[in-house]
Amino acid sequence: MAADIWTALFIALLAVFTGYEVISRVPVLLHTPLMSGSNFIHGIVLVGGIVALGLATNPAEEAIGFIATVMGAMNVTGGYVVTERILAMFDRSKRKGGTP
Amino acid sequence: MSAWIGDTIDAVYVVAVLVFVLGLKAMSSPVTARRGIVYAGIAMLIAVVVTFFSPGLSNFGLIALGVAIGGLGGWYWARVVKMTAMPQMVAMFNGMGGGAAAAIAGVELLSSLSNTATSSLSVAGAIIGSISIAGSMIAFLKLQGWMPSKAIVLPARQVVNAAVLVIGVASGVLILVTSNLFWLLPFYVLLLLYGILLTLPIGGADMPVVIALFNALTGIAVALDGFALVNGPLGDAGYAMVIAGTLVGASGSLLTFLMAKAMNRSVSNVFFSAFGATEETGVTMKGSLKPIEATDVAAMMEYANQVIIAPGYGMAVAQAQGKVKELADLLEAKGVPVKFAIHPVAGRMPGHMNVLLAEAGINYDKLFDRDEINAEFPNTDVVFVIGANDVVNPAAHRQGSPLYGMPILDVEQAKNVIVNKRGQGKGFAGIENDLFYRDNCHMLYGDAQTAVGKLVSALKASG
Repeated sequence: MAADIWTALFIALLAVFTGYEVISRVPVLLHTPLMSGSNFIHGIVLVGGIVALGLATNPAEEAIGFIATVMGAMNVTGGYVVTERILAMFDRSKRKGGTP
Repeated sequence: MSAWIGDTIDAVYVVAVLVFVLGLKAMSSPVTARRGIVYAGIAMLIAVVVTFFSPGLSNFGLIALGVAIGGLGGWYWARVVKMTAMPQMVAMFNGMGGGAAAAIAGVELLSSLSNTATSSLSVAGAIIGSISIAGSMIAFLKLQGWMPSKAIVLPARQVVNAAVLVIGVASGVLILVTSNLFWLLPFYVLLLLYGILLTLPIGGADMPVVIALFNALTGIAVALDGFALVNGPLGDAGYAMVIAGTLVGASGSLLTFLMAKAMNRSVSNVFFSAFGATEETGVTMKGSLKPIEATDVAAMMEYANQVIIAPGYGMAVAQAQGKVKELADLLEAKGVPVKFAIHPVAGRMPGHMNVLLAEAGINYDKLFDRDEINAEFPNTDVVFVIGANDVVNPAAHRQGSPLYGMPILDVEQAKNVIVNKRGQGKGFAGIENDLFYRDNCHMLYGDAQTAVGKLVSALKASG
């Protein structure tokens, strides 16, 4: 039972170092997409929302699980679209770059 | 039968997590960044879809409805909003994630109160998620302009805030100790209130730090929920949440510290000092503010060896980035090199200026970080400051100033400095700007859009 939590803790420790290493050299230019992109990635919370709502057995759990699912879905799609739009602009400015 | 379904779902989660890491990694270079988010998006889509097939789920109608409402709402909203509103959109969607984490923790508390480990982790996730959603919403309201963006300081706020937090957390402990679900109510109310109180005294210019921190907090809340879920019947969704949440928590924390460091302040100073609520007094300025006409500025730029543009929040407010691009193109056509000096905390979110200039179509090769460009100012004929104030204030070099020690753009060292500003007011920090009184500095008053527009017409008129 509790063994699962210890396993998760080991995994989390490794994820801390991964997160740190992966972005520690990001240039200022990309701070916004990075933040927005990580904002999208914690949208994985939607999976938790679906599980919570899917396993709910009474109206109170269902109501709160539903709220979690709506918010999580909003986090995922909104976070994705915002990031994609920001990065699309960097793409465009690269192509149009220089003097016309 | 259901074993292979479970294994397939696990395999998909593993791949999704791998792609998230690679996607984040791709975001460290402008060339690969867009690919990164697309891959991460596909991985997320697949992870969400396979979760539907988890054994033992019910309420499919409600799930589909919730995903449809939230998903379409978020998609539509993020699509139609203007690029200038990006900081508040990031705050808003981050808040949604925090709220979802707080709500999932609530369901866990309702359903598995008997399991102490799960419940404790749920309480922790609920605390952080609630603070994140409430704080993010206040940040959203301030950035959107639906609430004054200056620091709002309530009387005795340190004591009140601490009391709200302590009683809120104590209610959470009471849920665990007494197993009485009545305590859920004060628990959530007080923690949401704490998130609000925490963010009210933070002014607009500190928002880059605030947004980065709440992003990290949501990540941590998601990871804590994941810890709570790994004990449940569908524990593998929990592992995916632990990894993705921790990844965001770590990278978000790093970004938060980078932002605070760019202002030479600690994260706790940003949150607890109500910076900018008081004005510096007793400092008298030598010299005078010298207004200048757009035609004179245009002539000055036309014959400059190089023009460096230092944009700030004023450019964002006036949405002048398109005009700025026109100005830069005209000057380059006349053989005057143009560069952009970007301070890490200029604007309202990390990298805000880069986004706006990219939107206008300015090549990111022309954008330079503070450390890269500071050495160039002494050899530059004209520096054009557009709606930036504190990040170019030489008071940062004067001991005793509230800005003392903040690394700034040393624009004062250029031969001529032109400052575009709407009026004679002080910057966010409430500090007089020494720069404006320097002999080599002239003021081009007016809204950035109008002022830069006049420069463009003047340059066009001169052929």
